Amino acid sequence: MANAALDPHAAIATTASGVETGRLTTADGKPLARALARSQRRARRRAFLLVLPLLAFILITFVVPIGQMLQRSFYNDGFSANMPEVSAWFARTERGTPPDEEAWTALAADLTASAEARTIGVVGTRINYDLSGSRSLFTSTGRQVRRGIEPPYDRALQEIDEKWADPQLWSTMREASIPVTANFYLAAVDRQRDAEGNIRQVEERQQVYVMLFGRTFWLSAVITALTFVLGFPIAHLLATLPMRRSNLLMILVLLPFWTSLLVRTTSWMVLLQQQGVVNDILVWLGIIGGGQRLQMIYNQTGTIIAMTHILLPFMILPLYSVMRTINPSYVRAARSLGATSWTAFRRIYFPQTLPGLGAGAMLVFILAVGYYITPALVGGASGQLISNMIAMHMTDTLNWSMAAALAAILLAAVLVLYWLYDRLVGVDNLKLG
Amino acid sequence: MAVPTYASPLERAWHYAYLAICAAIFFFLIAPIIVIIPLSFNVEPYFTFTDKMLSLDADGYSLRWYRSLLTFGMQNPDATGAAFWSDAWANAKWVNAAKNSIIIGVFSTIVATGLGTLAALGLSRPEMPFRRAIMAILISPMIVPLIITATGMFFFYSNPCELLTMFGLSPECGRLAGTYLGVILAHATLGIPFVIITVTATLVGFDQSLNRAAASLGANPRTTFFRVTMPLILPGVISGALFAFVTSFDEVVAVLFIAGPDQQTIPRQMWNGIREQISPAILAVATLLVVFSILLLTTVELLRRRSERIRGVTPR
Repeated sequence: MANAALDPHAAIATTASGVETGRLTTADGKPLARALARSQRRARRRAFLLVLPLLAFILITFVVPIGQMLQRSFYNDGFSANMPEVSAWFARTERGTPPDEEAWTALAADLTASAEARTIGVVGTRINYDLSGSRSLFTSTGRQVRRGIEPPYDRALQEIDEKWADPQLWSTMREASIPVTANFYLAAVDRQRDAEGNIRQVEERQQVYVMLFGRTFWLSAVITALTFVLGFPIAHLLATLPMRRSNLLMILVLLPFWTSLLVRTTSWMVLLQQQGVVNDILVWLGIIGGGQRLQMIYNQTGTIIAMTHILLPFMILPLYSVMRTINPSYVRAARSLGATSWTAFRRIYFPQTLPGLGAGAMLVFILAVGYYITPALVGGASGQLISNMIAMHMTDTLNWSMAAALAAILLAAVLVLYWLYDRLVGVDNLKLG
Repeated sequence: MAVPTYASPLERAWHYAYLAICAAIFFFLIAPIIVIIPLSFNVEPYFTFTDKMLSLDADGYSLRWYRSLLTFGMQNPDATGAAFWSDAWANAKWVNAAKNSIIIGVFSTIVATGLGTLAALGLSRPEMPFRRAIMAILISPMIVPLIITATGMFFFYSNPCELLTMFGLSPECGRLAGTYLGVILAHATLGIPFVIITVTATLVGFDQSLNRAAASLGANPRTTFFRVTMPLILPGVISGALFAFVTSFDEVVAVLFIAGPDQQTIPRQMWNGIREQISPAILAVATLLVVFSILLLTTVELLRRRSERIRGVTPR
């Protein structure tokens, strides 16, 4: 890098000889503008080459996998790939066409082939996403058709199970015969298609996702507000104390920050349970009777308390670094002009903390919206967030397309917030400790 | 901060109330972490202080939960001497989990710190193109909800070559899920934002003319980097590496999704323990982890002070 052409400043320094002729050139006679542009291009390339390995790494191990996963939210060929003939019939006919002779023949052939290839479970699972109870219909029918099936197929299949005549089932199969579908997104907002293909709300007792999204955002907002209420006085104290003492107190903020998330969650489980320390102290103080111990965990209260504690440092640190830069003489000037301490705080001090407040609040909110571990452990039924639902679909119901659709919506929300954060705060202003 | 001399009695009262509020919030921050330490020495299988513990009776305390940590999974916990320890080293579940956590943590830290430091050097050059957008992408593993990252990795790591089918190829290659390499790569991805943030923060105060001075004195780029740049940014690099290590050491979601039974780490073992039947042995692990984080925090603080001193940056 000792090469002079690399460094724009060095390039300018070598132009002294060119000035006399009136046209700026470098020492070896090239036009300066071109030499400068070239050296800048080269410097840009060098800088980019340093970043390239990491960028490639992140793209391959992070961005592309998430993209692939999101693809499942609108692409599922579980039915169409394994049931080709009946899918072709669906493609030929119009929506709402009742199944005819040809359709029943295609269905019977596909069911037989799929049962032979042992993919009937995949097909059943795909239909089961939209119409619960269908998986067993497919697998049991598959077992029977493998033993042989005689035409007329419509009667034969309906003898195996009369559900095969259900128009809702045929409508669902028609939906599933096209691998690209918006149905998982519809389901993620508690909507589904009925037999005629119209979009309508699902039954009231099955409406969970909109409520969960609402709860996730509401609880995140509550937690953000709580971290603000608790974090503001602390940040202010740390920012106004002399450096030596504030550094000491800062350890009390940084220690939780460095402590394992699971450790902090565990300690809240231990403290808040009915036979735990907090209830013991309340009973001992006589605030509550021994028989009415509070249920503070395995519900929303538990989620709120534990998450507020865990996310509090993310509010304190940005607030603190902004408050450190506030010049105390403004408040003094306000006081000397007759403002009360409250007015001076409200009109002079607080507005200057807003950049830190914005940074902290957005960070806490973004992190809270995607929280999984803590709600899973301390949330009980009423403290679960949308992340827990994604995990459930991934590991328990194995409805991966549904998990992907929910993840896509959550990710979109987080990315919008992240974009806003970058606009307002700038990612390069993110600080840790 | 003292009360100004012109403060009214009401303001004085408020000031002391304010200090009391701050003390309460500090208590809220730190008490949950401290309280589990004595509880982990409880002789009874309870999660609260017994009367004996409160009266500081030595009989109320014991090391039984620490012992149960060590013996959990051992074939012959009643053996003595060398046989006991070699059994513990080979079979104890928590010992194995600790080994796995350290192996995965160290290697993922090396990957994250190496790539992250290089990238941070590039990102802090003024001529870096698309700086903002690239920075936003590199920080995103910290922002994207872990469950989404883990889900994406779950599919990708079960068949990493599926990607190539886009180009019309259909190669077969092994699974990354259930291997050490897979978990290490996943944790490196999650640790990278922390390295980027800390190292770029160190480079903000870095005087580029030092590099030019070295070059003008005849040092080649490599000498310049290792003799001038590196010693100055080293504290930032080390604290970035510690952040990356802690991220890996504490990570459970990605491990749950992509690790196999062989890659049982401490957090995963804790997760299982908490979900099934939480016992005070978990508190013993938690205590050890708290001690560990105190050590790390101390290291990071010392590094930060050293960095400020050698760069001549006065504390704000």
